[in-house]
Amino acid sequence: MKFISKYRRHKGALPILIMLALTGLGFTFSAATAAPASNTMSASAKSTLVEEGQTIFLKGCSSCHGLNAEGGAIAPSLIGVGAASVDFQVGTGRMPMQDMSQQAMRKKPVYNDEQVAALAAYVASLAPGPASLTNEQITWERDGNTADGGELFRNNCAMCHNFAGQGGALTQGKYAPTLMGVEPKHIYEAMITGPQSMPVFSDKIITPEEKLSIIKWIKAAESEPNLGGASLGRVGPVTEGLLIWVFGLGLLIGIAVWLTAKAR
Amino acid sequence: MSARERVAGTVANYVDERTGAAAWMKKNLQKVFPDHWSFMLGEIALYSFVILLLSGTFLTFWFDPSMRTVVYEGSYQPLKEVEMSAAYASTLHISFDVRGGLLMRQIHHWAALIFMAAIVVHLLRVFFTGAFRKPREFNWILGIGLLTLGIVEGFLGYSLPDDLLSGTGLRIAQAIIQALPVVGTYLSFFAFGGAFPGEAFIPRIYTVHILLLPGIFLALITVHLMLVWYQKHTQYPGPGRTEKNVVGYPLMPVYMAKAGGFFFIVFGVTAFLGAVASINPIWLYGPYTPGQISAGSQPDWYMGWLDGLVRMAPPIETHAFGHTISWNILIPGLIIPGILFTGMALYPFIESWITGDKKEHHLLDRPRNVPNRTALGVMALTFTLIALINGGNDIIATHFSLTINQIMWFSRIGIIVLPPLAFVITKRICLSLQRADRELVLHGKETGRLVMLPHGEFIEIHEELTPEKRYTLTQHEQPKAIELVTEDAGGVLNPKGIRAKLQARFSAANAENIAKPTAAEVKELEGGHH
Repeated sequence: MKFISKYRRHKGALPILIMLALTGLGFTFSAATAAPASNTMSASAKSTLVEEGQTIFLKGCSSCHGLNAEGGAIAPSLIGVGAASVDFQVGTGRMPMQDMSQQAMRKKPVYNDEQVAALAAYVASLAPGPASLTNEQITWERDGNTADGGELFRNNCAMCHNFAGQGGALTQGKYAPTLMGVEPKHIYEAMITGPQSMPVFSDKIITPEEKLSIIKWIKAAESEPNLGGASLGRVGPVTEGLLIWVFGLGLLIGIAVWLTAKAR
Repeated sequence: MSARERVAGTVANYVDERTGAAAWMKKNLQKVFPDHWSFMLGEIALYSFVILLLSGTFLTFWFDPSMRTVVYEGSYQPLKEVEMSAAYASTLHISFDVRGGLLMRQIHHWAALIFMAAIVVHLLRVFFTGAFRKPREFNWILGIGLLTLGIVEGFLGYSLPDDLLSGTGLRIAQAIIQALPVVGTYLSFFAFGGAFPGEAFIPRIYTVHILLLPGIFLALITVHLMLVWYQKHTQYPGPGRTEKNVVGYPLMPVYMAKAGGFFFIVFGVTAFLGAVASINPIWLYGPYTPGQISAGSQPDWYMGWLDGLVRMAPPIETHAFGHTISWNILIPGLIIPGILFTGMALYPFIESWITGDKKEHHLLDRPRNVPNRTALGVMALTFTLIALINGGNDIIATHFSLTINQIMWFSRIGIIVLPPLAFVITKRICLSLQRADRELVLHGKETGRLVMLPHGEFIEIHEELTPEKRYTLTQHEQPKAIELVTEDAGGVLNPKGIRAKLQARFSAANAENIAKPTAAEVKELEGGHH
């Protein structure tokens, strides 16, 4: 404080103080005016959200999915896919698609959360379908069981997504993506909507509680430390073989060369 | 008396005063071995075997080879209260509840991978240098036997924990057994004691893995080494090295120190890997049940090429007389490996038949000087490598953004086209290296120094080789083609017929070499201008 009081009679003290006060006032004002605006957004009628979604849809999606989401030669109809599907596909960045390759890949989302919600509301308004979820609704930490989830995972998921959820190859360049770093709601939505090559796991096949267990197991696998040392990608013996030939044997042969080198 | 002889003498004397074995020891402790890095590859295999015995013994203290169903109560939480076999539960116990258990498991597994890799590079060294030639044919066959047993032993070893990955491997092994026509089904029932997976298999392979095969290994390795001892080690050619001597260092003290030190280095590298790199994390795989499978299930690398062959096989089956013959398993799983291993075991005899060479050989070949053999070796390697790549096709597909189908078709076509191509290219490279050697002997080393002569001509100064180097490059004998005798002087047809024709043809191809410089040529050039 001594530092500040020492300069209180400095020539520049007044202008700086005025600048600080003005900046502070500006921020306070903008915060004060912004807050009611967002309140009115959430309070606004559902139809506004749908309209907003339609606008985004017409701009960003209709060229492939059709003006009324009826689908086209290169894209499926979205009537009846539900908000969950939109939340998963757009929320994980898979849609809009980067290119027309075998499969849409996960990437940085193009739309923000509000826009995704609007799009989801619009698609849900076309015909009923699975509703989208929030991470708060997925109470995996409270209601899931890791060990049960592991059993379910190995029975239903590991055949494509690998034993540790690292992903795996399917035919013709399609693949099951890695499950590491995926939001719980997206995992849940994928199970109920069956995106791309994935089958739908309805609540009759895997109950909602079991789905939470699966998510809990995936999250446990994600946060599990590599107990045996470097994980080598958790993809099985291929990387182990690579390491033993390149590092293990390479090093040992190098040492053999050193041991038999002629002394100079 | 040199210092070395004194050391050996002292040791021999000490033992002799107690056992009376001085003469034998003095002779054998001074036994000379040649010095070359490639002669230590087999040692890596030997030392990993010792590591395997030691770490394996540790693991048997806690492993329970039983298919009894238990409920897991150990400290790995994600599997808490999951039903599993006692074999799997005890492996988890070793990994998480035995002090040093996980380290020992990982050392054991890494040592197994090093063991197999060292066997393969040792085999390649022996093959490419022609060390399998008379009188070492039996030792070569022993080596092939050890390689085959190693593959089986490794497979049984990683099958023991009864985890999801190894269970998948066992299922494939069972499929291969069943693919045997007529007897397959019965053999499978016999091996598994009923339907797959049953309760009998794990305890059975445990006995085989820890008792029978290690016993056979010990016996075979002993004979393998005794034969090396008795026949003496081969050596690379050079001045002073002949078919009748061995130039190198004595066992005591030089090789005692080198080999002893090398053992600890191998142990160190294995322990380091065991400490820092995860291998076979069975707790992630989960317990085996036949209804489950993981994407990207792979065998260990030494089985990977077999898996790759099975993966690329087109789906061909024959149904006849109520039996199914699955060619898609039978051919890649049994017939091709059978041909490969039999061919490998018989190769010394095949080569000596082709060359007609019945002499003893203790001097090694430089691979370039035997283009046909070298090319054949590279051809076989190419074949195995393509199969191995296809064995990891799903991992390669996801990590390099390829499609499994592309890799499969590459392998299917490549495995037929690329090995012959590799043969031709390797042979050309060998011949070209022979040409380079010839050039080197006749004209010396290029120094890069250009000199302008008074009349304006530029020449490059060539540095003459030392006589030792020149000897090393020219000491080898070049094979002559066996002439085809269709009928003898009396007009009688050769009774060997087609066999003689084949032999003549192969031996002509084998004799295709760049003529090495003769003494006369060298002399002529020495008298010359440069």
